[in-house]
Amino acid sequence: MSNLYRQIQARMGKTFVLLPPYLWMFLFFLLPFGFVLKISFSESIIASPPFAALFEYDADEGILNAVFRLFNYQYLIEDSLYFKAYLGSFKVASISTVICLLIGYPFALAIARSPKAQQPLLLLALMLPFWTSLLIRVYAWIGILRQDGVLNNILLWVGVIDEPLLLLQTTFATYVGVVYAYLPFMVLPLYATLEKQDLTLLEASRDLGSSPIRSFFDITLPLSLAGIISGSMLVFIPVIGEFVIPTLLSGESTLMIGRVLWTEFFNNRDWPVASAVAIIMLAVLIIPIIIFQNQQAKQEG
Amino acid sequence: MPRFLKFSLWAGFAFLYAPIFVLIAYSFNASRRGSVWGGFSTHWYGELFRDEQILSAAWVSLQIGVMSATGATILGVLAAIGMVRFGKFRGRTLFAGMMSAPLVMPEVITGISLLLLFISAEQLFGWPAGRGMMTITIAHITFCSAFVLVVVQPRMATMDQSLEEASRDLGAGPVTTFLLVTLPVIFPAIVSGWLLAFILSFDDLVIASFTAGPGSTTLPMLIFSKIKIAVSPDINALATIIILIAALGLVAAMLLSRRRTD
Repeated sequence: MSNLYRQIQARMGKTFVLLPPYLWMFLFFLLPFGFVLKISFSESIIASPPFAALFEYDADEGILNAVFRLFNYQYLIEDSLYFKAYLGSFKVASISTVICLLIGYPFALAIARSPKAQQPLLLLALMLPFWTSLLIRVYAWIGILRQDGVLNNILLWVGVIDEPLLLLQTTFATYVGVVYAYLPFMVLPLYATLEKQDLTLLEASRDLGSSPIRSFFDITLPLSLAGIISGSMLVFIPVIGEFVIPTLLSGESTLMIGRVLWTEFFNNRDWPVASAVAIIMLAVLIIPIIIFQNQQAKQEG
Repeated sequence: MPRFLKFSLWAGFAFLYAPIFVLIAYSFNASRRGSVWGGFSTHWYGELFRDEQILSAAWVSLQIGVMSATGATILGVLAAIGMVRFGKFRGRTLFAGMMSAPLVMPEVITGISLLLLFISAEQLFGWPAGRGMMTITIAHITFCSAFVLVVVQPRMATMDQSLEEASRDLGAGPVTTFLLVTLPVIFPAIVSGWLLAFILSFDDLVIASFTAGPGSTTLPMLIFSKIKIAVSPDINALATIIILIAALGLVAAMLLSRRRTD
């Protein structure tokens, strides 16, 4: 009897704990994608909200009419701007991920191989910029990169250049901004896997005559694959939709899809096209997101 | 440590901190033109505290931040209990997916999808009537709870479960056990999670821009509208203050979690 009671209590307890987050995420994270999909089939009209209804109830006939319009997608295919913007985002995201990995790996390894007592302090130093507003940190780069900015002044003073370089509103500025903003996302998961590594494996490899470089490629690198995947996805996926960095640093030099979506939505007030842009972005990102989630699940398991 | 690693450590930190120091230096620059050093001045700080617009936007952001962080912490901790203690419950894969996707989801997608949800719900049920602080808060709770889960889950997974078992064996119910045994152990992680959620909410520009309504301009929205047009020196002062607060918050979180683990 008391056993049954305990079982019922446990079942109810589980429901009580899981239901709020489950319901919340379903309502406010999963369900909204359905509305984006729906409105991507709608027509842009001058009204509030600025899209035509998809379903119309015809009271005379007693039937529900539904019209799915595909022309928003057709428009995305026909106007090469969108394809170029997706491609631009893909290029910036891929190259930035590689640069973050190249800079972030030795950085993370250096922290993981530092004396244990120093590591919390180094991690704190790594986290601090991440805890301050992205907007403000990107804004700081404007002061560094513009024509009369810090970098040009230093280069002029040293005598490397004779007149200021055009740095801001270039592709270079885009990469500096993206790598800067997303580097901690790469370093943290890398550090987490590198820190757990069994150092005796490295000793064994060295004892058996491997050079430090060979040992790194045989042992350290393959054992940190989980961190590499997590870090790369944490950089690549959000950068695809990045809005703030291209808006503040790129000027007209780099076309990225996040900014196009923003312009369609806020400036042109074409919500159906903006929705279609979002749906295609989501479709492109589905595979990277699944890779990321499998990696997360593996780390738990 | 090999010389190369040492170099990348210091080069990495120099890269991360250079812009922050430039910003702080500029905030004390008397000259309006950023490039010229016009002497040390706290003029822009005074300007900042007389700017009604900035103060009211900061107040809006602060309120949204506290509500969002609190909501996200409750959901994140409940999710952590579910993920760590309930094993393979039905729908776990979907749940884990929904709880981790916001970590990487581009903000423009989260923003547009929540706005369209709010508008469609308003058409269907008349709720939420218009958009403002509440819709921004709902949006922030949604993406911040994923970050709280990331902070709390490992702490919960590594805690000594025999403590909970002992409490249950001695006759305490699950709720009492959670409040008296589990909660104190994972408390530092909860505080870190709350602070992280607060900062994420306080800093968010994109999702807030989509879900905001008239009269709910947050601080990042105001900063963005200012710096899009021109570099304004008072923003440097504001940035310095935000950096200082974030630094204090982070150090406090670290010290707290250290004391608890020792």
